[in-house]
Amino acid sequence: MPSSADSVSAYLARRARWSPLEIAFWIFVFATIWLFPGKYLIMKDTAILALFALSLDLILGYAGIISLGHAAFFGLAGYFSGLIAKYGIINEPVIALICSGLVAAALGFITSFLVLRGSDLTRIMVTLGISLILGEIANRYSNITGGADGLQGVDIKPIFGLFRFDLYGHNGYIYSLIVLFICFVIVRRIVYSPFGLSLRSLKGNPLRASAIGIPVNRRLVAIYTVSGGLAGIAGGLLTQTTAFCSLDVFSFDRSADLLLVLIIGGTGYLYGGLIGAVIYKFLQDWIATLTPQYWQFWIGFVLVVIVLVGRERVEGWIAAVREFIVRLGGRLVERPATVGGGAGPDGH
Amino acid sequence: MPILETIGLEKRFGGITAAHDVSLSIEKGARHALIGPNGAGKTTVINLLTGVLRPTAGSIMLAGKDITGLLSHERVRLGMARTFQINQLFLDLTPLETIGLAISERLGKGSDWWRVIGSSSAVTGEIVEILERFRLADVMHTRTAILPYGKQRLLEIALAFACRPQVLLLDEPAAGVPEVERHELLATIAALPKDVTVLLIEHDMDLVFSFADRISVLVNGGLLVDGAPEDVAHDPRVKAVYLGEELDV
Repeated sequence: MPSSADSVSAYLARRARWSPLEIAFWIFVFATIWLFPGKYLIMKDTAILALFALSLDLILGYAGIISLGHAAFFGLAGYFSGLIAKYGIINEPVIALICSGLVAAALGFITSFLVLRGSDLTRIMVTLGISLILGEIANRYSNITGGADGLQGVDIKPIFGLFRFDLYGHNGYIYSLIVLFICFVIVRRIVYSPFGLSLRSLKGNPLRASAIGIPVNRRLVAIYTVSGGLAGIAGGLLTQTTAFCSLDVFSFDRSADLLLVLIIGGTGYLYGGLIGAVIYKFLQDWIATLTPQYWQFWIGFVLVVIVLVGRERVEGWIAAVREFIVRLGGRLVERPATVGGGAGPDGH
Repeated sequence: MPILETIGLEKRFGGITAAHDVSLSIEKGARHALIGPNGAGKTTVINLLTGVLRPTAGSIMLAGKDITGLLSHERVRLGMARTFQINQLFLDLTPLETIGLAISERLGKGSDWWRVIGSSSAVTGEIVEILERFRLADVMHTRTAILPYGKQRLLEIALAFACRPQVLLLDEPAAGVPEVERHELLATIAALPKDVTVLLIEHDMDLVFSFADRISVLVNGGLLVDGAPEDVAHDPRVKAVYLGEELDV
């Protein structure tokens, strides 16, 4: 392979370009607006869950920070966007949503210093603790938050003064999808940037990362802040599209479900949160219609199967299918020799 | 003026003194070796130099500037980079990404979160230059985790070199490299640019005496001898320390 600077530049640029598979994915996502008109509410919830999972993937899959309290950002921004709409402080939903994200990002910045140090276990405990504290504060100040009854009287004005949130969730779904897409584009830029690469490096080896001049802590603070902001946008979206906010935005279940989504979808390749959210919501919906009371049993069952089979193997199947499709397309190109398959960790 | 100087460096771990009164002076462009038997404190000294550990007493000067209180990554920016005795690489990245990362950081692009990595031709030109210098161009798209050990060792040095250090600390660069890959590694070390000062920490006496123009011997956390290779080789105290080991020049 000729290794001139130009070919390296071209390679890096090509790698960061949107692949046909990605473009097809997003075309399909937006096509759902017309394909499944009766399913707006669940699809909207899926889009919000996907955005929320994307925000967690950014710290878990790229920077290696595990969190069991990501609902803290979701919930704070959820209440914030509900309260500013209720009291008419910011009436335009898009601006209100951005402000919700900024508030959650501020919380992310402040709490990031607590997750800088320590092992995965301490991070799990600290993040969980923060979300529990916030949930309890919301419960305590029920005169502001509405407590267990939830925040009533939230009136969301039309987007840009033009598009009203309708009963069927049509506009709400489109709004959520556009927000998801914009956030995804931003995250995608981050991941392919030098900053994103430095995150992957310090996830893999923080000792060496600092030995080549990377300010590890500063990078972690930055990405944790961004992640909190994105989670906040997801929380704000939920409040805006339902005109309601209740204490369960802070619930432990919400943070735990989010990890499930990423376990199902996989981390560190951007689409894990999106695909995981779709599968999770679909399973939840499908199983809930079969056995309304015991759907969590089946979710748990699926989870155990996934872990037993091993995600690597599932990814191997996907890779095999992809290769098969490429062959069918007659685009069999010479690949650089890579050791794969047998070298993977087996024996789960 | 020496490029790197330590003055009365001391490190205690509880009751154990791992290094005491270590005063090294390394001239610009030198090929300086730090040797000593196992447990002599060589790794402690390198950890003190690079900021992994804080000295209990003494100070470290880099190009006349006191860096004793600086963090690891700040020392790198001032021109000191190191390799590790046991590979500390980014296993999920390719050599191309690894070197690109180090160069981006050095050029202050590391916090750039909007542009695609390698979008500036200055960066990619340098990536290629370093990959070729360290004979990694043919494996630049291979994940580091599955590179042969010798190539990983080369990448270990290339990564430190990509920080364009004034002082390069090599911690047992040839450790564990099989004989067939060893020649390539030693050749690249010998071909390091003359303006880069190299401090070599090494067990392998052949490598030390073929490479170094000055040798410091560390024993029990303190400096025993410091001088030209032939003086060190014939020093009776050094011979006593390396009892039974051949020190032929």
